[in-house]
Amino acid sequence: MSTSTADLPDQNAASGSALLLLLKARTFIALIVVFVFFSAMAPNFLSAANMVIMSKHVALNAILAIGMTFVIISGGIDLSVGSIVGLTGMVAGFLVLNGIDLGMGWAIRFNTLEICLIVALVGILVGAINGFLITKLNVAPFIATLGTLYVARGLAMLSSDGRTFPNLGGSEEWGTESFRAIGSGAFLGIPVSIWMLIVTGLVAAYIARRTPLGRYIYAVGGNERGAALSGVKVDQIKFFVYMFSGLCAALVGLIITSQLVAAHPATGETFELNAIAAAVLGGTSMSGGRGRIGGTIVGAFVIGVLSDGLVMMGVSAFWQTVIKGLVIIAAVVVDQAQQRLQARVALQAQGALGK
Amino acid sequence: MTGGATQEAPVGLTIRGGTKVYPGTVALKSVDFDLRMGAVNVLVGENGAGKSTMMKVIAGVERLTEGVIEMDGEAVDFHSTDDAVRRGIGIVHQELNLFPDLSVSDNIFMGRERRRFGVDIDRAEQRRLTREIMRRLEHDIDPDTPVADLRVGQQQIVEIAKSLAQDARILILDEPTSALSAAEVEILFRVIDELRRDGVGLVYISHRLEELIRIGDYITVLRDGHITGARSMEGVDVAWIVRNMIGEASKTYAKAEEHELGEPVLHLQDVTLPRNGGGLAVDHVSLSVRKGEILGIYGLMGAGRSELLECIIGRHAHAGGTIEVDGDRIDGRSVAGRIKRGIALIPEDRKTDGLIQIASIRENMTLSSLRDFTRGFHMNLATEKGRVRDFVKRMTIKIASPENPVASLSGGNQQKVVIAKALMTEPKVLLMDEPSRGIDIGAKAEVFRVMRKLARDGLGIVFVTSDLEEVMSLSDRILVMSEGRVTGEFDRHDATDTALIRASAPASAERHLTTSEEEPV
Repeated sequence: MSTSTADLPDQNAASGSALLLLLKARTFIALIVVFVFFSAMAPNFLSAANMVIMSKHVALNAILAIGMTFVIISGGIDLSVGSIVGLTGMVAGFLVLNGIDLGMGWAIRFNTLEICLIVALVGILVGAINGFLITKLNVAPFIATLGTLYVARGLAMLSSDGRTFPNLGGSEEWGTESFRAIGSGAFLGIPVSIWMLIVTGLVAAYIARRTPLGRYIYAVGGNERGAALSGVKVDQIKFFVYMFSGLCAALVGLIITSQLVAAHPATGETFELNAIAAAVLGGTSMSGGRGRIGGTIVGAFVIGVLSDGLVMMGVSAFWQTVIKGLVIIAAVVVDQAQQRLQARVALQAQGALGK
Repeated sequence: MTGGATQEAPVGLTIRGGTKVYPGTVALKSVDFDLRMGAVNVLVGENGAGKSTMMKVIAGVERLTEGVIEMDGEAVDFHSTDDAVRRGIGIVHQELNLFPDLSVSDNIFMGRERRRFGVDIDRAEQRRLTREIMRRLEHDIDPDTPVADLRVGQQQIVEIAKSLAQDARILILDEPTSALSAAEVEILFRVIDELRRDGVGLVYISHRLEELIRIGDYITVLRDGHITGARSMEGVDVAWIVRNMIGEASKTYAKAEEHELGEPVLHLQDVTLPRNGGGLAVDHVSLSVRKGEILGIYGLMGAGRSELLECIIGRHAHAGGTIEVDGDRIDGRSVAGRIKRGIALIPEDRKTDGLIQIASIRENMTLSSLRDFTRGFHMNLATEKGRVRDFVKRMTIKIASPENPVASLSGGNQQKVVIAKALMTEPKVLLMDEPSRGIDIGAKAEVFRVMRKLARDGLGIVFVTSDLEEVMSLSDRILVMSEGRVTGEFDRHDATDTALIRASAPASAERHLTTSEEEPV
């Protein structure tokens, strides 16, 4: 990535746009670089088994990051996603183990599909609470979601007194034996969690590019006042992004619970930071208005490949953390350079017009 | 400039062979400029002619690519605004550079705080000095008010106060009056007179030519980075300035054409809006606009004109009164609902209200009318592109590509994008808040031509301005607002400068009136 930052003061517009293209594709280039690097340095890195394991790791962060990307584009931040993962995981675990007790010895048991729907609703509900706090009560997104981070985590702990729900194998009797498939099943040779990533990514990218909703998300993040005066229903848009982020977190909660065949209330701690990192690495601007779903997914892959590759090379966990941090900082520095260059190319084109 | 008459004011700063190159464009081409002390040096030119660049160079914001700046015979090299401030150069930028959450006095003394023992900020002293400056500017602005609570015009006053507090020897005013009304301009001119007598060298940039002729002692005209004319103000008239500015015969505003007015399209009854901290910002305003009519609203800053337009578009949830479009009462409070009912607003502040700066030209233009090419939730991007191409042509917007960020455009072209956005919603009523603010004559004339054409096509237009000439030449009917109320209504044919100014003067500021009466702008 360092080569692309070279300063070329007297370049013409053509080489400017070539450089710009290079900068725009930087996350992708970075992904290829880490890939090639680890293929050479770590044995078995390119094996099919390793690829599957790695993508499963990446999928979790990528799904969270997709939800996070919308929130950040809209000018907000969602710190609560990690806790939502924990809470929804506990809800899933509870529902697989027990039913809902109606009293008088009656209890409702749910099958896998119903459990998934309920868990998704819980995630959306927490997102809606975030949206409510931010739009109706005017709490800053950072604070509102920090609050729900604690509340959701606390509720997850309370649900089991801090214990783990073990042995979530499910039972045929209740129609929950398929619950394990979410984490360990595969379709057409590709793990279910990867399919979920693909579907979430496609839906999100479609929303971002081809629907008014997506356009409004960018508009709200770019200039909230301006968007409101243009007739954008800002509150609705904000509700949507937090609810969507909650839904993404619930999906991750389901996947993890199913993969581990157990639900632990501390699951998902600091996941929100990884999600933010992936979004930023993918070119999402923290000040809102700019970002791409595709970029975020590539960003999540860079982070995931980097950490798994370093593990395989036997690099210490402490160094891994340092390297991850440096990569994120470097990404933002290059992003700034790209913005400047982009503005310059646009101005040049405009200037050429004036002559 | 080599005239060398003996009574000429001394030169305090000179630029020789000044060239400034930005990537892709040359903003200044070997200019020679003399800044005279104890005089008002007027600088004029269309947008992009290089006025602001030249002033930025003097104020240390930018550095010359070639050429020298000399002060009192020695070459100076400003690396930062601090260097320039140290040499006694102050600048009031065209764009406001204020901290909205800090108080007026904090803003005025930003970076130059009065301190006790070099550490502790002496707020009482700052407050006292602020009051003094505000008295000098004849504005009753409390030093403790957060700047965000002030109207744009008042913010501009704070910006001016900021440079007055520096005791600058050279003071650059970049379009200081663009958001001020006639009475406020009078006050500013008195302050300028005072400074001139004190020997301060003033640079004054403005698009209002009459203003320049009135206040200036020396004039410099720029075109495309060249100085095309520089002389003492004696004998200079508008025609001379315009000739040097655009290098051809004068562009005049579109002439008022007579055409039939239609049915009333917009009717307001007793619209009210409470003001923060008591009172009414809009005080029981009732008005009616007919199809094809241009209604001009003239008034001072803070007269409630912008607030009135904001009430009509539905920005204020707690506004009272009724609004009817085409005879149907509008109940919904959402902006989206009002746009759907045929109202569109072109806001006063393009940067914060009108545009999404980082978004592309295309995205900005279609933001209010995405539904027109959306089926279900699927947008047809090809249709969108077509519509954008259409409007770019119709509005003659000069763009390299609709995918470029809107921030890369000049003020005039940005304003056209905002207008295109409003027109794409196919409005029946167009509300325009200071549509000519900060754009050059050429673009202004074009905007006005578009307004005329829209009116001819049957749109009802309500536009707000602080420019007397503008309101007189464009409107079919003129309303004057003061302190939230409508204080005068004039037909185009019987409106006079004096009558408008008289009606616009707030009751609490009679003293402003006296000057305006003696010397109507």
